Amino acid sequence: MDAPRFRPVADHAILVEFGETITDAAHDAVLKLDRALAAHPFAGFNEAIPAFVNLLVDFDPLITDHDTVETALYRLLALPAAAVAKGQMREVLVCYEGAFGQDLKEVATRTGLSEEAVINAHLSGDYKVFMYGFAPGYAYLAGVPTILQLPRKPSPIRDIEAGAVMIASAQCLVTTLIMPTGWWIIGRSPTRILTDDPVRPFLFDVGDQVRFRRISLTEFDIAGGL
Amino acid sequence: MADAVFRIIQAGPFVTIQDAGRKGMMRYGLPESGPMDRTSFAIAQAALGNAPNSPAIEISRGGLSLECVSGAVTFAIVGGGFLVQAGSEAASSWQVLTIKAGEKLSIKPGPWGSWTYLASAGELQATSWLGSVATHSQSGYGGGRLVAGGELVVASAEIRDNRTGPIPCPIWARPRPEVRVVLGPQDRFFDEASITLLLNERFRLTDAYDRMGVRLRGPQLLPKGALSIPSEAIMRGSIQVSGEGTPTVLLADHQTTGGYPKIATVIQDDLDGFCQLRSHDYVRFSAISPRYALTLARSRAKAVRIYLERLVG
Repeated sequence: MDAPRFRPVADHAILVEFGETITDAAHDAVLKLDRALAAHPFAGFNEAIPAFVNLLVDFDPLITDHDTVETALYRLLALPAAAVAKGQMREVLVCYEGAFGQDLKEVATRTGLSEEAVINAHLSGDYKVFMYGFAPGYAYLAGVPTILQLPRKPSPIRDIEAGAVMIASAQCLVTTLIMPTGWWIIGRSPTRILTDDPVRPFLFDVGDQVRFRRISLTEFDIAGGL
Repeated sequence: MADAVFRIIQAGPFVTIQDAGRKGMMRYGLPESGPMDRTSFAIAQAALGNAPNSPAIEISRGGLSLECVSGAVTFAIVGGGFLVQAGSEAASSWQVLTIKAGEKLSIKPGPWGSWTYLASAGELQATSWLGSVATHSQSGYGGGRLVAGGELVVASAEIRDNRTGPIPCPIWARPRPEVRVVLGPQDRFFDEASITLLLNERFRLTDAYDRMGVRLRGPQLLPKGALSIPSEAIMRGSIQVSGEGTPTVLLADHQTTGGYPKIATVIQDDLDGFCQLRSHDYVRFSAISPRYALTLARSRAKAVRIYLERLVG
């Protein structure tokens, strides 16, 4: 992989780029620097925002400056290249039945699979939290099997319920708010990503692994719905 | 000390409870939220001698009307050039005044500005989410929107007669039609002609202006080629350019990530003044180096500190 690039952002941040296209190597490098920063924050560090190929590092301009932060980041990047530890495994329940799987039929048609095969393919995916974005708790999960990868719909559908499990290209997402979306909705999850737990308000950390577990409508109701 | 209770007679759109913001959660998809004009918010709190992170009401040009049902409390109204009717007294924003039971307080847009802040000498009761009452407008989480018919309670309400009267409006709290930016972080996706247009032409704020951001009208800033950059972090102040070449300046409730290229980023010092522009106002951008932007941030912080210290007394 190429040497990372540092791009200054206004008076208070640096974007550290590990590539221009999404690769596991680039994302691993993002996670590694993110974790190193959490373990060894520099003076004036505010927060870091991991994305697919880069990490935005925000700092307090009254305490430090771009050059000092760059030096601190180089030092962290030079730390011995221990492999990035695997994230925690998180389980997300999903019910594919009835109206919850409103696009299952269309996905089946477009992929040439049966609806049951679509569900099994989705369940077989090896998912990883690449980043959060768009809205609070919207975690982008990479790892949708190739046979299920479809471009998003030409135009978004409004007012999709929270808890929708949806896919577009290689990504899967469980929604947390009522939102418009152009992704394919294949199920509904009672698992809360916004947990209401003050100690751990979001279910996932970036880098966590995710496994979906199928539940019936009855189990969905018992799990409390949303 | 008693409560002061208010009935909301009228509240325009985007009238919300805010505190200084919900920091450090962008990695989970949450922008900081908090006041659109952080300077005016800070002055409102200081004018009452409040802690800097106290809750206040952010009032848009939609305005706000309250009636005091019981108790009495001293308020600071700071930001923009808004018109204030307090009981029988006509005033303007940049004012500290007291409202008592039976009196009405009405705040309406005046000669300039888009946002004003109503801070109280007491504890404005509001729902907290993840440690902050700042309202995130898309989800409604946090203290939330004010709606007509609702009630506001200021607990431990105080009358602070020693603080009432006008507050000086510093030059850096005025609207700012000349905005300084640092180019990037994705200026490389634009040719020189587009960068020149950004820095030499004027742009106009459109009606698509809310707490998430404001779309600008002006010359097209076409990105080079068909773009699909992987989504990455967005900051408050990012100038993001859509595929059709339309720039949007991202503000307090911005999306935390996005895949459109960011041609430039507005420096923190100019964001508050930029937010006090109105739809259809013109704006011009000039580019400065990150190093100079940082120097400006430090000298502004010093000026603000001196001003606030004097105000707190």
